[in-house]
Amino acid sequence: MATITTISQSVGANRIVPTVAIPYPVGNPGLEAEKEDRLRTDLVDRVMKALTTKVEEPTLF
Amino acid sequence: MSKNILYYVNQFFGQIGGEDKADIEPLYKEEKIGPAMAFDQTIGDEGEVIGTLICGDNYFNEHLEETLKFIKETLDRVKPDIIVAGPAFNAGRYGMACANLAKFVEENYDIPVVTSMFEENPGLEIAKKAAYVIPAGHSAASMRKTIKPMSELVKKILNGEEIKPKTDGYFAQGKRLTVLVEKRGSLRAIDMLMKRLNDEEFETELPMPVFDKVEPAEPIKDISKATIALVTSGGIVPEGNPDRIQSASAQKWGKYDISSIDELKGEYCTIHGGYDPVYANEFPDRVAPLDKLKELEKENKIGKVYDYFYTTTGTGTSVGNAMKFGKEIGKELKEAGVDGVILTST
Amino acid sequence: MKLELRKIKISDLDFGNEMKVENGKLFIDKEKIISGLKEIPGVKDIKVDIAKPGEKTRIIPVKDVIEPRVKIEGKGSGFPGVTSDVEPCGDGKVNVLSGAAVVTIGDIVGFQEGVIDMWGEGAKWTPFSKTYNIVVDISVEDGLNPHEHEEAVRIAGLRASEIIGEAGRDIEPDEVLNYEIGTNAEETEKYKDLPKIVYVEMLISQGLLHDGYIYGVNSGQILPTLIHPNEELDNAVISGNCVAACDKITTYQHQNNLVILDLYERHGKDINFLGVVLTPELTTLDGKFRTCDYTAKLCKLLGADGVIVSEEGYGNPDSDLVMICSRLEKEGIKTVLITDECSGRDGESQPLTDTASEAVAVVSTGNVSHVVELEKADKVIGDSEAIANLAGGWAGAYNPEDGTMKCELNAVIGSTSEIGFHNASVELY
Repeated sequence: MATITTISQSVGANRIVPTVAIPYPVGNPGLEAEKEDRLRTDLVDRVMKALTTKVEEPTLF
Repeated sequence: MSKNILYYVNQFFGQIGGEDKADIEPLYKEEKIGPAMAFDQTIGDEGEVIGTLICGDNYFNEHLEETLKFIKETLDRVKPDIIVAGPAFNAGRYGMACANLAKFVEENYDIPVVTSMFEENPGLEIAKKAAYVIPAGHSAASMRKTIKPMSELVKKILNGEEIKPKTDGYFAQGKRLTVLVEKRGSLRAIDMLMKRLNDEEFETELPMPVFDKVEPAEPIKDISKATIALVTSGGIVPEGNPDRIQSASAQKWGKYDISSIDELKGEYCTIHGGYDPVYANEFPDRVAPLDKLKELEKENKIGKVYDYFYTTTGTGTSVGNAMKFGKEIGKELKEAGVDGVILTST
Repeated sequence: MKLELRKIKISDLDFGNEMKVENGKLFIDKEKIISGLKEIPGVKDIKVDIAKPGEKTRIIPVKDVIEPRVKIEGKGSGFPGVTSDVEPCGDGKVNVLSGAAVVTIGDIVGFQEGVIDMWGEGAKWTPFSKTYNIVVDISVEDGLNPHEHEEAVRIAGLRASEIIGEAGRDIEPDEVLNYEIGTNAEETEKYKDLPKIVYVEMLISQGLLHDGYIYGVNSGQILPTLIHPNEELDNAVISGNCVAACDKITTYQHQNNLVILDLYERHGKDINFLGVVLTPELTTLDGKFRTCDYTAKLCKLLGADGVIVSEEGYGNPDSDLVMICSRLEKEGIKTVLITDECSGRDGESQPLTDTASEAVAVVSTGNVSHVVELEKADKVIGDSEAIANLAGGWAGAYNPEDGTMKCELNAVIGSTSEIGFHNASVELY
């Protein structure tokens, strides 16, 4: 889970979930609590998808 | 004062024999044999070859432990000031022998090693980190041309002079060392730009890095039974930072039991020096989403969240350290039977 | 725009009953600074000390360094939009106490403060061992949040430089330097055949202790913007005490940005210096794409033939740096980058976080993890124990028994300045 996914791709991470911002990758203090929670659930769901998907090269989810 | 040089050659250059003698055990003669003789003539008064160590190429590579033991005994007895090996040209096994000799000496003694080989010799990669390696030609025809720069380099080392790969012609050892130079950076940048604009030759001070490719892991077949671990480079640590992990340029990682908590909030904070910590300190799960993983565990969407959370600081941490941490943490997770890892970065 | 920087050379420093300069010696009226700074909201207590080049003095933890000056003619006195009303600066006359510097210290806000040694091994690595330093130690009121704490110390440093700068108001300068560049059209008409050069200065813009300010605007809130070099030389850009000490651009380094000054030196001789593009380094990927595209577009619109790009900080901004480079090179604009590197304590790691094949011309200003060993100081202004928590320090880096200290260049102010303010570089061994 990384925000600057250009770096993740350069260094060869294979399963990449793009996140929100460097100081709060899995969250967003600018959102209301409920919306932030939904966003966070969505990001972790994408991780679940990434872990269960076959990849051949650095791939964004 | 003349310094003592120990010379290393293989069975062929040690005048014992060709391929049929490649199995001979290491031996030491208090003589100057083959290249050792030629080298001794070029070095002049500044040093003297006190003996030649000879070993069969096959024996060295197949009986590494015994060979190194013999080398150790010899070094402890004759106490040379410097060791010269080769040139190995493009002979792969000879190159590996020189490389392993250099590596052993570098790890165990404070004795410099000078060797020489062809740029494609498989021994070069190990040798250039442990020794000063002068480029050699492809074959022994270039012996004379190679011995001279080797002895020039040895002279400088014996005299305690400063040596550099560029000026002394050896393969760079791959260390990027900080130096103070005459011209400040702003002027160097303008000079470089003017050269580019005038289509003159210029030399970058920082060639772009090349990163490794990693084979992707197989997907997890049944994630509802999988153990998932949480790892971060976001510097999230227990309040008080018990292991004193650095806020930049990390030299270590930490591992904390999270089996009995449902979120990091309240007990963890960030010590990462590379980002605004206010939002992570308010709610550290924004950096490492333990709360969300525990929810998935309760809903049986994943088998289990691994009992330990691993953490370090990413900012300013060298790739070398990061690789070391990755291997160490990976090994623990593998041994613990973890199926998948979430690595968050800031 | 035409700016006259009138340099009053300071070659000695002492306390005195009034703030004044006499024969190059600057006298500091402590009480005047203390009473002036106590008016700043959030400031509880102020202590003032001095440190001269060559003295066995260590200053830690340093937040910002500022050059004391006073504007004697023209608009925009002080730091417009921060300590004074918003007005365009860059025109007029400024009396500069050249060789003097205000250095702010005080309780750590983050991890980004650093160390200045005035002598020995440490002095080699920081440009601020050569300045006559007035050290302002700031304590803030209890209960301030970190952002308020940082703002209070930032403003206090700037105000101190103004209060001290007043001492130069009526002093005849030792040297008068003129900086004048007209409109793009005028300069291009004058220097038809000279290559047009733009300087792109990246500013870290990532929150607490990671922000730069332009006329008081947080750089995180702007699109890349064009300014006249004189504006930066005349206090338009200040440091938010950001990033690791080694490569933060202190306010002093904005006021004396050597890329700007060195480009000025060549202006009209072999280059046509078009101006400065200030570019924020943001924390989101979209933000990075937007600012990098925008930066390249501004350079292209200006008609640049060549660009120098300087980074601030390391890590994620490496990505901005190489993306800006790729975009410029693809537009046919020749680009030189200035950056430091994170090659590890042994110098054996890859130097950057990100890479681009177009980045063929790069100046390296040193490895931030290079370890230096600092001798025992006779006098410490501040707190040596602070090193344990600074970027580049670690627990045990200071040895209280013998007074020695070890740290990475990371913790030494200005040591690997990516605007090329210092002489560090890297050689491959």
